[in-house]
Amino acid sequence: MNHLLLLPVLIPLVAGGIMLLIGQRGRGTDRVISVAAAIALLPVSLLLLQHAATGEILVYHSGNWPTPYGIVLVLDRLSALMLCLASILGLASLFYSIAGDDRIGRRFHLLFQMQLLGINGAFLTGDLFNLFVFFEILLIASYALQFHGGGRARVRAALHLVVLNLAGSAIFLIAIGAIYAATGTLNLADLAVKVAATGTEQKLLLKAGGLLLLLVFSLKAALVPVGFWLPPAYASASAPAAALFAIMTKVGVYAILRMQGLVFGPEAGPVASLLTPWLLPLGLLTVVVATLGVLASRELRRLLAHLVVLSAGTLILTLGLGSPDATSSALYYAFNSTLVGGGLFLLADLIAKERGDALASLTLEQPVYRSVLLGCLFFIGAVGVAGLPPLAGFAAKIYLLQSAATHPMAVWVFAIVLTSGLLVLVALSRAGSAIFWRTGSVQKLESPISGLQIVATAALLLGSAALMIGAGATTGYTRAAALQLDDRDAYVNAVLENRVIVTAGSTSGVP
Amino acid sequence: MELTLSILIGTMTASAVYLLLRGRTFPVVLGLSLLGYAVNIFLFASGGLTRNSAPLVEHGLKNLPDPLPQALVLTAIVIGFGMTAFLVVLALRAFRDLGDDRVDGGGE
Repeated sequence: MNHLLLLPVLIPLVAGGIMLLIGQRGRGTDRVISVAAAIALLPVSLLLLQHAATGEILVYHSGNWPTPYGIVLVLDRLSALMLCLASILGLASLFYSIAGDDRIGRRFHLLFQMQLLGINGAFLTGDLFNLFVFFEILLIASYALQFHGGGRARVRAALHLVVLNLAGSAIFLIAIGAIYAATGTLNLADLAVKVAATGTEQKLLLKAGGLLLLLVFSLKAALVPVGFWLPPAYASASAPAAALFAIMTKVGVYAILRMQGLVFGPEAGPVASLLTPWLLPLGLLTVVVATLGVLASRELRRLLAHLVVLSAGTLILTLGLGSPDATSSALYYAFNSTLVGGGLFLLADLIAKERGDALASLTLEQPVYRSVLLGCLFFIGAVGVAGLPPLAGFAAKIYLLQSAATHPMAVWVFAIVLTSGLLVLVALSRAGSAIFWRTGSVQKLESPISGLQIVATAALLLGSAALMIGAGATTGYTRAAALQLDDRDAYVNAVLENRVIVTAGSTSGVP
Repeated sequence: MELTLSILIGTMTASAVYLLLRGRTFPVVLGLSLLGYAVNIFLFASGGLTRNSAPLVEHGLKNLPDPLPQALVLTAIVIGFGMTAFLVVLALRAFRDLGDDRVDGGGE
C-alpha cells in the first residue's frame, strides 16, 4: 500500500484543520502554515508524477476495504499531471496572496487549502460519489474565495455562481442515482465492467445518467450554454483566487475525459461512446461564443475570464476528436493555458494596482506606473495564451490541429480554432495598446507592488517558455498518458485487483 | 408504491424548477431546498424499494434493502444542509449590499 497517494488530500486537510483550531489568534501563523503546506505539495506531486511516469497505476484502498465496497484513490499518468499542475498554480497564487491580498477578507488561507483539497481529491478519486463530495468541497471553498474581499460586483456574481452550482449538484446526484439504479455500483472501475455488461433494458436509465453527468461537468467546465456564470465571477474575484480558479474549469474537463474513456468508452456495450459525439459541437460552440466575449470585453479581467472559457472549449472540442493523439495534445494545451491563464489574472491585478482609478479597464485614461516591466510581462502572457511562436501555446495549437487533420470535421475545427486565434490576438493587442501604449506624466503611487508578486506572476507566465523548452519530454508524457487512458482494462484490473466476491454467509471479505 | 413515489418526486422537482426561475432570492432558496428533497428521495429509491423488511440487517431474512443509497442520502443531506445555510447568508448579504433582493441585483 502506497500511503504517499493520500498526501495530496491529507496535507491541505491537516493544514486547514490546524488553521481552524488556531482561529484568528497569532496573525501570520496561517500564512506560515499555508505556505508550508503548499510547498510540501510540490515535491509530493512531483514524486507521484515520477511514480506515474513508469506506467504503473497506483491504487490506495482506504482502510484496506476490498474494492467495490471501500473508497479508492487512483493515480495514473493523467491524475499525476493534473496534481502537478494544481500544486504549481496553488503555490504561485499563494505567494502572490501573502503580499497582502489575503488580508482583504477573512480566512483566506483556510479556504485556499480547502479548495486545494477538493481539487486534488477530485483528480485522485476512483469513485463517482466521492467525485461528487470532492466537487462540493472545492465548490464551497470557491464560493467563499470568490466572495473574498466583498463588494457589490462580487456579491452579485457570487449569488449566480452559488445558485447555478447548487442546481448543478442536484443534477449530479440525480445522475448518480440513475447510474446506481442501473448498475448497482459507483466505483469507476467496477462501473466500467458493469456498464459494458448491462442489458438493453437498463440502456435508457444509463444513457440519462451519463448525459446528466455531461451536463453537470459542462457546467463546471463553463461550456455553452451553461457557462455564462463564469466571466462575471472570475472577473470580480480577488487575483489569487481567480488565478487558482483557472484550474477549476479543468476539473470539469478532467471529469468528462475520465467518464468518456473509462465508463462510456467504445467498449461500453449499450452506451458505447455516449459522450464523444456531443463534445466536438459543444466545444466549437463554446469557442465561438468565448471569442465573441473576448472581443466584446471592456475590462482586462473580463477578457481573461472569457479566455478561460475559450481554453475549456478548445479542450472539449479536442477531446471530441476521440483519438489518443488528440487527448495528448489536449493535455499539453491544458497545462500551458492553465499556467498562463493564472499568470495573466495575477498580472491584471498588478496592472490595476499600478493604474489608480482606471483599474484594469481597457481605456486610455490612465497610464501604468511601471509600464516597461508590466508591459513585458503582458507581452509574454499574450504570446503564450494566443498561441504565437516561440512559446508553448504555439506548439500546443500546432499539435492540436495536427491531431485533428484526419477527422471528418477537420474543416470546422481548423476554421474555428484559427479564426478564434486571430481574433484573440486582435483583442489582446488592442488591450495591450490601450493599457500600455501611452506616454505622459505618471504620478508615483503610494503602495507599489511587491517583488514577491512580480516573481509569482512571472513564474506562471514563464511556465509557457519552460513548457516549450521541455516540449519533447512533456508531449512524450502526455502521449503516454493518453495511451494509458485508452487502455481501459489496465485501469480496471489495477483497481479491482483485490476484489472479493462476498457470498451469502461469509462474514469477512477483507483479504 | 413506485407510482406514488415517482409522482411525488416529479411534483416536487417541477415545483422546485418553478421556484428556481423566480426573480427574487427567497423563492430561489426555497426552490433549491425543495430540489434537494426531491433528489434525496430519488437517490433513496435508486437502490430499489423494499417493504416489510428490516432496515439494515436481519439474519435469515432475504429481501433486505440496499444500505448504500441510505449512506449516499445521508451524505447528500448533510452537504445540502450546509449549502442551504451558506446560500441563505449569501442572499441576506446580497440584499444588504445591493439593496435589492432580486437575483440579478437590480442593475448596475
